[in-house]
Amino acid sequence: MAYLFNTSQDIQQMLAAIGVTSIDELFDTIPKELWLARDLAIPAAMSELELTGHMSELASRNKGLERDLCFLGAGAYDHFIPAVVDHLSSRGEFYTSYTPYQPEVSQGNLQVMFEYETLICQLTGMDVSNASLYDGASATLEAVLLAMSSQRGRTKVLVPNSLHPEYRQVLKSYLQWTNFELLEIPCPDGTLDLEAWRMQLDSSVGCVVLSQPNFFGLVDDLSPISALAKQSDCVVIGVVDMISLGVLASPADWNVDIVVGEGQPLGNPLQYGGPYLGILACREQFVRRVPGRIAGQTVDRNGDRCWVLTLQTREQHIRREKATSNICTNQGLFALRAAIYLALQGPDGLRETAEHCTAKVHYVANQLANSERFKVRFQSPFWREVVIQDLADDVAGLLAYARSQGVQAGVPLSNWYDELSDCFMIAVTEKRTRQELERLVKLLTLAPRRSELSHA
Amino acid sequence: MNPETLRYNSSHEWVGIVEENGEQIAIVGITDFALEQLTDLVYMALPQVGTQLSAGDEFGEVESVKAVSPLYCPVDGQVVEVHQELVDNLEQLAQDPFGSGWIIKLRVGGNVSLDNLLDYDAYRKQCAEA
Amino acid sequence: MRNRQATRLIFELAKPGRRANLLPKCDVPATEASEIYGAAARKNRLNLPELAEGDVVRHFTNLSTLNMSVDTHFYPLGSCTMKYNPKRNERLASLPGIVDLHPHLPSDSVQGMLELLWRLQCYLADIAGLPAVSLQPAAGAHGELTALMVARAYFRDLGQMERTQVLVPDSAHGTNPASAAMVGYQTTTIRSCADGSVDLDDLRSKINSRTAVFMITNPSTLGLFEAKIREIAELVHAAGGLIYLDGANMNAILGITRPGDFGADMMHFNPHKTFSGPHGGGGPGAGPICVREFLEPYLPIPRVVKRDGRFDLQFDAPKSIGRVRSFFGNVGVLVRAYCYILANGREGLKAVSQHAVLNANYLLARLQRSLPVVNERRCMHEFVASASKLKKERGITALDIAKRLLDYGFHAPTVYFPLTVPEAIMIEPTETESKETLDAFVEAVEQIIGESAQQLHDSPNSTPISRPDEVTAARKPIMIWKPAS
Repeated sequence: MAYLFNTSQDIQQMLAAIGVTSIDELFDTIPKELWLARDLAIPAAMSELELTGHMSELASRNKGLERDLCFLGAGAYDHFIPAVVDHLSSRGEFYTSYTPYQPEVSQGNLQVMFEYETLICQLTGMDVSNASLYDGASATLEAVLLAMSSQRGRTKVLVPNSLHPEYRQVLKSYLQWTNFELLEIPCPDGTLDLEAWRMQLDSSVGCVVLSQPNFFGLVDDLSPISALAKQSDCVVIGVVDMISLGVLASPADWNVDIVVGEGQPLGNPLQYGGPYLGILACREQFVRRVPGRIAGQTVDRNGDRCWVLTLQTREQHIRREKATSNICTNQGLFALRAAIYLALQGPDGLRETAEHCTAKVHYVANQLANSERFKVRFQSPFWREVVIQDLADDVAGLLAYARSQGVQAGVPLSNWYDELSDCFMIAVTEKRTRQELERLVKLLTLAPRRSELSHA
Repeated sequence: MNPETLRYNSSHEWVGIVEENGEQIAIVGITDFALEQLTDLVYMALPQVGTQLSAGDEFGEVESVKAVSPLYCPVDGQVVEVHQELVDNLEQLAQDPFGSGWIIKLRVGGNVSLDNLLDYDAYRKQCAEA
Repeated sequence: MRNRQATRLIFELAKPGRRANLLPKCDVPATEASEIYGAAARKNRLNLPELAEGDVVRHFTNLSTLNMSVDTHFYPLGSCTMKYNPKRNERLASLPGIVDLHPHLPSDSVQGMLELLWRLQCYLADIAGLPAVSLQPAAGAHGELTALMVARAYFRDLGQMERTQVLVPDSAHGTNPASAAMVGYQTTTIRSCADGSVDLDDLRSKINSRTAVFMITNPSTLGLFEAKIREIAELVHAAGGLIYLDGANMNAILGITRPGDFGADMMHFNPHKTFSGPHGGGGPGAGPICVREFLEPYLPIPRVVKRDGRFDLQFDAPKSIGRVRSFFGNVGVLVRAYCYILANGREGLKAVSQHAVLNANYLLARLQRSLPVVNERRCMHEFVASASKLKKERGITALDIAKRLLDYGFHAPTVYFPLTVPEAIMIEPTETESKETLDAFVEAVEQIIGESAQQLHDSPNSTPISRPDEVTAARKPIMIWKPAS
């Protein structure tokens, strides 16, 4: 038995101390007719050696970053993770501790939470951050609920359809059970149409969700829209990429009230979609309704500075059905990784990382735009990610061909946008070298066209 | 105010009726007993002036580190004054719950009925049994 | 040996001009952000601390030593199942081809991963006795929320939108009523009897045609199996409602009895508890849910399906509630659960529960001599003691005992939960502790109870800090560091 301690002698002594003769007797409060009369349909135990063989076999049928060259993005990104992040975060004292219910023996975790919260506020210009939520999508939902709780009598939530489609799906899944109405505003040019927003913004709108860069990687000056929203007393929620802030304006500069984002790029591995890191930071006015844990500074009985979980009356274990959210377990380990990552990057590291993304994605975009087959789909400036239109209208064939050559060239947009079925999106992080970019460009521009394939 | 002349909710709010500028005004607070039970208060949420309340409505909350207690309005009326300074000075509430620790004032009609509320003796009896 | 210099805040350790992470020289033509992004470009330098790599390593290494953890200490935190986290899981979950998979990789590039997830769906379904699985929810509370939405979608489909009442026992986790409220349900609390079981009369009087779901934790938060669970399920089903099982306490019944067999229609697992995921100072978790066949159409998308020997993600489900988060789910946690299940196997999983229950009953038998326990005859994987007698007689509270245990080198049990037991001390030893450790814990508790009340009020005195001022922290919250002005 893999991880047990009790020897048969221990078992006998323990049973005797309890006053029973068998382990089965301990379960006698379970009515006999409810006992499972067969073995579980699970394989027999595997030793560590066997399990390693089995997992390696499964892994060999996946195309991770070590196998294929990766240009996939659309919400999760292959940024470089310094060794220090893995090394420090895997220390058992961080890894195998839990929510800091006993501050005396959790000062490490509590101080990390406080540092993480401060780092997120420094990045976003907000006043307060929580200690993390599940992911970018659920953080966006929590931000909407937080905003709407401060907006009595208002029912509409405005989002552009350039917000990540999965985030919009998550909003829809939840808001269908509330009295709030989700309105999606089209973005024909990929970015926001001020007039379309002006038409919708009235006193029935509680909040607007803007994203920078948006799902297509496009960067817009969002100040005019947020100013417009403010005129109608709407809460402005900004969905922001933290690394982009190395080159893009702080959300505080464009009047955001609540900043949310996906923290995966901050030192967290891709691991097929999770666990990731939901970031939520906001202006002080919302502090009493913020979802999730918050660490605060105080002093102990000896007057020494220390940290505790604070404002706990917001939370489910105290306020129950009136809590601001049901969240309890969050993403502590990934907030730790993000804190270490940001501490290693510093202001210049983060800026340079963001600059690499700008330069490299533009290099790819320019090269592809020079070819006959491809076009950059949108006019607006972009960061880290670019939407490419395949004038031959064969995105599926093109991407399959690239895969056959060991390159994951991009994410097709047909899954989410019918009108962009001839488009795909290429993400380029600082990890990609010029040589790799040239390989991608060559592969795409020389890929066989559908007509050529059918003639072959 | 003199606790012996006030009326009480079983949920520990007190109310006293006074006349201010020719109007019947109900002053509402919470009792010393409740404050003792709650221990160190850390926060208080209060209603807006103008809010219309019915007896039994929740009008605010007091919080300690690990508990939240709703405040229930003892009478029908419209909020005319809210003791905002209390929020930043919760010690005052504990020091003088029946005086400078008052919480809200309501404008009540001329024939406000306090019959459903506990009198001083009944309230003290309830506390003793708790 | 405490290093007070290195554990100052990173903002205080920082010094302008220090660098840790250095990037390679950009090998494509440089671009100028202000030219490209115009008004949207950054206007001033980022406000982040500047540190050397050595600063960062020493700082966080020293911080880690201020934590108690499962790797270093006995951690009998009731309800949290703080069992040993197998190191092999970490290595296997970090294999290339597992940890480095982009979530948008097409199915043909992740056949191994999809097979793993599909197998895990099968295993969880069998352990639960409920055939349809969604691996998407990100935590136990998130699983509850998802299942409650599934129930609402089901009732909407039946034309029973008026079913908005959720019944929750008074001993339940706070997440239960909080999740119900988020989905627009109204919560009704059901009383517990003195022995911690559901008060059937109270339940009968509160069930009605508006009842949607009864959320039950079984074994309960008092560590007791609800013997009348069948009767409860029949009552709720007869009224047209559904039974939701909070799976927080599955560690007691793996392979012994199954929620689907005792009447549950929906449940969540906490893989980070039951199947040994690292707790990471407060996450990550995962919250896969299992439901009966008639609820399957409403599960979130995507799910893994097997067709003609090939694995795929299924998105096409017209009655689905939709997505509850981005991407597939907390795969990293699920992979560890998969490894744990296989390392134990069918017999080992049952042994996990047997030993968890053995350890808890052994502790119960020994500890009840010093502390009264709610049901002293028997418990499942955990039990709830109470310090209320000690409090009345000697002024010693559950908090005092918890704090003093830290001095003795044990993490404290969960205290003041469940809310139904005054001065509650909730103890869950888990199966991955030795008799010697349990004996040492009992001796510590006995010694502590022999100490004076004052000694206990003054504890802990060997920890990095002692009894922080939480009142000031909540009254005048300081939630971020600011430079001294």
